[in-house]
Amino acid sequence: MNPTRQRRLTLIIAVLVAVTVAAALVVYALQQNMNYLFTPTQVQAGDATRYKNFRLGGMVKAGSIQRSNDSLKVTFTVVDAAGAMPVEYTGILPDLFREDQSVIATGHMDGARFVATEVLAKHDETYMPQELKDAMAKAHEGKHIDESATPDKQQL
Amino acid sequence: MAKWTPLWLHKLSSPPVFYGFAGKLRPWAIALALILGIAALYGGLVLAPPDYQQGDDYRIIFIHVPCAWMSLFIYGVMGIAAFIALVWRIKLAEVVAMASAPIGASFTFITLVTGSLWGERMWGTWWTWDARLTSELVLLFLYLGVIALYHSFEDRRQGARTAAFLALIGIINVPIVHFSVNWWNTLHQGSTIRLLGPSSIAPSMIWPLLTMMAATKFYYFASLFGRARADLLSLESGKDWVRQIAENEVRR
Repeated sequence: MNPTRQRRLTLIIAVLVAVTVAAALVVYALQQNMNYLFTPTQVQAGDATRYKNFRLGGMVKAGSIQRSNDSLKVTFTVVDAAGAMPVEYTGILPDLFREDQSVIATGHMDGARFVATEVLAKHDETYMPQELKDAMAKAHEGKHIDESATPDKQQL
Repeated sequence: MAKWTPLWLHKLSSPPVFYGFAGKLRPWAIALALILGIAALYGGLVLAPPDYQQGDDYRIIFIHVPCAWMSLFIYGVMGIAAFIALVWRIKLAEVVAMASAPIGASFTFITLVTGSLWGERMWGTWWTWDARLTSELVLLFLYLGVIALYHSFEDRRQGARTAAFLALIGIINVPIVHFSVNWWNTLHQGSTIRLLGPSSIAPSMIWPLLTMMAATKFYYFASLFGRARADLLSLESGKDWVRQIAENEVRR
């Protein structure tokens, strides 16, 4: 390799290394404080106190959904592995919203309750036909494994 | 050229050889892209069963995911070509890098639009600033930046080298897009198809997805070859081999 190319190669590799280090530091720093959401456990531990509005993420607890008769008000409990948080929301919920579904609610704390202004449904990366899902559920029944209780990829 | 590069690669990097080679392969790439694309669409939209959770709405995956893969793959190709262009100043590498940018930008745009449509139906929102969505948007801006920089120079080779530098630096965003769903808590779900370990999609749904992935790859090569051939002709317009092609065209 001639000296000119050698010099260009060294320069470009040096720039690439610098950019990689910079990006790695940014990614690392953002991991500390760029949380898209807080889990109920994190909120109860006080991690979200510095935010007025934040996102709460977790699983809708089975049997916790209560709809008001005369308005669009819904209350439900969002749970993760260790914590639970009652949520209140007035509005139209996404189609995927159901028991044992991951949801992300945006809103603020009102005492011990979380008042949501927006509720988004999160789905996992699994795709399968209904028959396969039923067959798997049947196979699991014998072992008493509640599939929906398995935490999502995100650390809920 | 260094001694360790094989002779055929060295030969292929010469504009007239690549011009002929790309011209021969291009019709095959177009045909394969069309056949595989139609098969994948039929498989995905008609043959594949509805999803247990998302019903028929999940079918947009057969467009969204292959396009998202291509947006990253093309950036990778562009980055490698940019690297070669910057170090060895090979004209073909500049042409490949610059011809890839608009194709990659289109795939990124389609990814963002289809993702937005899907998100509105499933999540309940068109857009949210989560790590995956934001980094994919940054990818689109990088592509647009490369295209804009390339065209802002009078001298096309100088423009190509300047834009190649931006393309090379921006390659750091590719792993960020890919791993964003693992590094941060995102609304976007994780990867369905994994190279290592089992994929979390039923076999009846995976084959149209992989077929579409092949179709988009062939489309990219067809489009790249066409663009690169046109660029080579205009860059080398004074050279003998181009004059010969022009004369043959006239005679026909």
